[in-house]
Amino acid sequence: MIEIRGLAKRFGKKVVLDGLDLAVPRGENMVVIGGSGTGKSVLLKCVMGLLRPDEGEIRIDGEDITRMDEEELVRVRRKFGMLFQGSALFDSMDVGENVGFALRRLRKFPEERIREVVEEKLSMVGLREIQRLMPAELSGGMKKRVGLARAIASEPDILLYDEPTTGLDPIMADVINDLIVSLRERLGVTSITITHDMASAYKIADRIAMLYKGRIVETGSPDEIRSTANPVVAQFVQGRARGPITDESEEFVRFVRGRAEGGKGA
Amino acid sequence: MTERPPGRVTAAVEGIGERVYGMVQELGAVSTLLFRVVAGAVRRPFEFGNIIKQMEEVGVRSIPVVLVTATFTGMVLALQSFSGFERFGATSLVGTVVALSITRELGPVFAGLMVSGRVGASMAAELGTMKVTEQIDALVTLATDPVKYLVVPRVIAATFVLPVLVVFADFVGILGGYFVAVHVMGANPHVYVAKTYQYLEFRDIYTGLVKAAVFGSLISLISCHQGFVARGGAEGVGRATTRAVVTSSMMVLVSDYFMTSLMF
Ligand SMILES: Nc1ncnc2c1ncn2[C@@H]1O[C@H](COP(=O)(O)OP(=O)(O)OP(=O)(O)O)[C@@H](O)[C@H]1O
Ligand SMILES: [Mg+2]
Repeated sequence: MIEIRGLAKRFGKKVVLDGLDLAVPRGENMVVIGGSGTGKSVLLKCVMGLLRPDEGEIRIDGEDITRMDEEELVRVRRKFGMLFQGSALFDSMDVGENVGFALRRLRKFPEERIREVVEEKLSMVGLREIQRLMPAELSGGMKKRVGLARAIASEPDILLYDEPTTGLDPIMADVINDLIVSLRERLGVTSITITHDMASAYKIADRIAMLYKGRIVETGSPDEIRSTANPVVAQFVQGRARGPITDESEEFVRFVRGRAEGGKGA
Repeated sequence: MTERPPGRVTAAVEGIGERVYGMVQELGAVSTLLFRVVAGAVRRPFEFGNIIKQMEEVGVRSIPVVLVTATFTGMVLALQSFSGFERFGATSLVGTVVALSITRELGPVFAGLMVSGRVGASMAAELGTMKVTEQIDALVTLATDPVKYLVVPRVIAATFVLPVLVVFADFVGILGGYFVAVHVMGANPHVYVAKTYQYLEFRDIYTGLVKAAVFGSLISLISCHQGFVARGGAEGVGRATTRAVVTSSMMVLVSDYFMTSLMF
């Protein structure tokens, strides 16, 4: 169970998160949507304890991680797995070593068993017999899936996915969607997923939350979000160029309109 | 109240103040890193595999540069002192001068500078790249302390390997001096060797090795720290690398002075 209250994070003068509240009940998948650069990845890094928030609290199973020292954080982080937006594979290790990293560090199983687990997790993300390849030899989508296999390898209770389907073809994206759903259904994983891909959001979410201007402006079930009355959320989920989000930025609007009119003239 | 633009003097003082502040802050950060390294080194798992790998990287791969610089340092030292001492007929002391200079100062310092360039740069670049591509964050999410996993093996390896490099450097440096003095300048080989042994004490050698160990820890700590604070893509990694080399070379020379003044 994850409860975030009044979370604020600034970088210098730039306010990224500004009093954000979000609660994810045990065993649910919360999908967070929001424009590029609104602080979705920053939110995940705060939950993981990689970034220290300036204000607010983040409770993981009741314990506030913002007040913990490094040692306590290490213990809490064992509950987590995280898929990074840029995969963040260790480029000095091959795929098998990447996926088995945490298992080998923690000496969870004997080496034989670790190899089996690694192979199993890789096949769950649709990759086989690539254990000996180096990350530099993989495509972007393959890296993402290896990153996912690495995140789930030690079977954490909580999973944080930063854009799991970005850069994948539609079929592979759906395989990953199914995987996320089945991890929740079979293992009762609690998760936060960030995505721009609305098809994926509707499919995997128990609830969807929209991040805008440093706060969660709306939370609801996929159906509620689809038929929302909130103009900001509506513009985002329908993917329209015009609306309250883009009206914020005068210059951008003029650019879009200019192009639309130029297009008509030609 | 309106703010006045600062005068030139004020600005200069502020600039210096900022520099000094930055240096003090960095010193603090590197000391904190040292504490974390010590704490991490005594905790399980002991990272033997990584330590061996780093020893190879720091030690074995640095042997050629260190040997070449040490040989030529010994050679030029013999050349200079021979022609200088000729003026007052003291050429018999060339062996002593070469041996003492190499073991006490030039062996450790030049090895330190070479390792700053070679190893400092590669540590900062490697960790810096890992930092900007979020690999260090990924380590944290995989139940691994990056300081323990990445910094501890590098610091241990550098601290123990640098003295070994200096033993080699001392040896070839003295040999280079002998070669030039005897075969180029025509010194008497028996006198040269005798004078080398006569005044060289064990203390001269081991103080040099202690210095080398300190240089090794300084270089690796500073370079790992620079890697960890790198930000902003390839350019940021480049900046971190430069700063690692410049700072660690400077610290080799500065700490050398203080250690010398304490030891002798
Ligand atoms: N380490 C950092 N230092 C300074 N600024 C940062 C840092 N990390 C993120 N930011 C800033 O915070 C803002 C939010 O970044 P974030 O990566 O969370 O966006 P995002 O919502 O994940 O966007 P995208 O959908 O494009 O991934 C950005 O404006 C970014 O410039
Ligand atoms: Mg992001």
